Amino acid sequence: MNNVVDINSIPLDLTGEKYKDVPYEEKERLFQEVKADERFHDVLYGCYECGVCVASCPSARFYDFSPRVIAQAVSREDVELIYTLMNDSIWDCSQCFSCDRCPRGNSPGGLITIMREVAVRNGLETAKEALEGYGRIIYKIMSTGTQVSPDMLQPNAFPDWGHHVNEIADNLDLWRRALPPETLHTVETGWSVSEKTIIELYLIWHMTGVMDMIKEIDEGLFMILQDVMEERLEDAGYDVTFDE
Amino acid sequence: MGQQMIPVEELIKSQKQPGFKYTPEDAPTEDYRDILFQLEKEGELEVIRVPEPYVEVTTKYGRKKKIPLEHTWHHKSCGQCGHIPGYSTSIFWLHRQFGFDYVDPSDQTSCTAWNYYASATSNAEAQVAVAVRNFAAAHETGRFPLIHCGTSFGHYKEVRHELLHHHDLRRKVRDIMERLGKKLVFPEEIVHYSEWVYAMRDKIAERQVIDMSHIVASVHPACHYHKLVEEDAIYDPEIYGAQRTAIVTGTLKALGIQIGEYSSWYDCCGFGFRHILVSRDFSRSFAVQRKIEVMKEEANPDIVVTHDTGCVTTLDQSQFAGKAHGKKVGIPVMSDSQIAALAMGAHPYKVLQLHWHNTENRPFLEKLGIDPDEKWREFEEALEKLKSGEKQYLTWEDADA
Ligand code: SF4
Ligand code: SF4
Repeated sequence: MNNVVDINSIPLDLTGEKYKDVPYEEKERLFQEVKADERFHDVLYGCYECGVCVASCPSARFYDFSPRVIAQAVSREDVELIYTLMNDSIWDCSQCFSCDRCPRGNSPGGLITIMREVAVRNGLETAKEALEGYGRIIYKIMSTGTQVSPDMLQPNAFPDWGHHVNEIADNLDLWRRALPPETLHTVETGWSVSEKTIIELYLIWHMTGVMDMIKEIDEGLFMILQDVMEERLEDAGYDVTFDE
Repeated sequence: MGQQMIPVEELIKSQKQPGFKYTPEDAPTEDYRDILFQLEKEGELEVIRVPEPYVEVTTKYGRKKKIPLEHTWHHKSCGQCGHIPGYSTSIFWLHRQFGFDYVDPSDQTSCTAWNYYASATSNAEAQVAVAVRNFAAAHETGRFPLIHCGTSFGHYKEVRHELLHHHDLRRKVRDIMERLGKKLVFPEEIVHYSEWVYAMRDKIAERQVIDMSHIVASVHPACHYHKLVEEDAIYDPEIYGAQRTAIVTGTLKALGIQIGEYSSWYDCCGFGFRHILVSRDFSRSFAVQRKIEVMKEEANPDIVVTHDTGCVTTLDQSQFAGKAHGKKVGIPVMSDSQIAALAMGAHPYKVLQLHWHNTENRPFLEKLGIDPDEKWREFEEALEKLKSGEKQYLTWEDADA
């Protein structure tokens, strides 16, 4: 490709220098957490180093990023390298799963999902950085049950989509009312979600410990979500606390 | 594009011709239905059957998949409903044209997979529980889930794999469902709306009122449709010799549309989940440089047709910045549901809701013999009724008036 601009050419430092002060035991502990995930054996069977995954990978075209390196490091149980990748590489992945065409049957993208989950659960600083500015989306999906809503279409949020966004923002309420499907008239959620449904969703978040992950990654967001969800649950007759 | 790439003509010539043999017995993957029904026998879960009438289509390894035509429970999509609502509206419109029974429920949450692939702030148990809760809600209405979003479709197939293979996970999710007063249910098939459009393609073509035979369309198959748990995506020996999914392309061919081939068809759209929200430079650049510019150079299509939330949004919206940078852009982007509805005479603004799209689509409408000014006037007349308070919402009757 001669016309692709390297938009984020921060080279990936694989020497291990950067994290040499982090105790090996801590790196090993995180790796063991990745390995302990039930899905681990569904996503990694070893690696031929063939590079098929890299050839298909959109992120590899624009970042110093390689699913092959990740699959290799984890296959070889290179704990130091895995730690570096968990911090400085996995968030570049687009989660498109083009790499699922791996001839070894791996899913490097699926492996990255697991590594990200471990990074979040353990509140790694780099995970917090990667998700900076993302909190409002987590708030939306967890509190309303839909991720993207029309009221997010504001020019300051999407300056690179041009004046067309201004036009939508100016006409939002009217244009939503001009949609024939009844569930789509709302502007605060993607579609109308019933109260009973939201309560069931909050109970799922509670029973699966997802809020503990939010707490690790963004304490402020945790507190806002906690307030909203506990109050609505209480109104619905559930005595539930997320801060256990 | 660089000289180092294989010219697209070569790729097309080298495609295997029809005659490629399907051998379901030699499929490299298990048949998930065997496991589903076995688990049902053992009392572990209940399978939601595909209701009649259904159409059987062929999937990657030659197996058959049932696509229900009606009695469907529409699982909407965050992005479609939020930013490109004409996508879902067109799906519903098509169902109504054929008089098919369906529900558009509010007892439904997002699959939450966009957030999961972006931020990983969830876990396998929660993801499976959200899926099963939605399926249980569908089952309670006596309908079968039809999934609007490509990512929900792919993610639910991942969920199926996890649920079928991990006993502990099943137990945990069953406990959660009990607490919610629901059963652990799972559909016999995970069905994407574009599979419904594909299954209906000949019926849609029978009722086509707009000639599209002079139109060239480039197809972007959504990654999470055909890459993520690939085995039950639709393949057809008549389309690319079954070497690539037949989804969308099969529908467009039935409508008489010419397919504009381009070499980076396998590439993603650049959406990136996290990237489209907080690393947008990547999404924009990828969409423009690896998709739109390549299509423009190699096929110069009138339209890009795809079948997922993220793909329509990224490919359409990213062209604004591309234009500002003098890139070769300017191809309108729509979903197969919008194109199918348009072919059957749906209103471009009241049904397709094209005013939510970004890239200029008026020349495309004009090429089809549709006057965009007149259509916009009709839409504005309908808006006047809302503004004056005569009506609160536009109804389906208004959409076809
Ligand atoms: S899932 Fe990630 S690693 Fe795999 S091809 Fe996509 S961007 Fe690359
Ligand atoms: S495609 Fe698979 S085997 Fe080949 S390098 Fe990538 S992970 Fe390794």
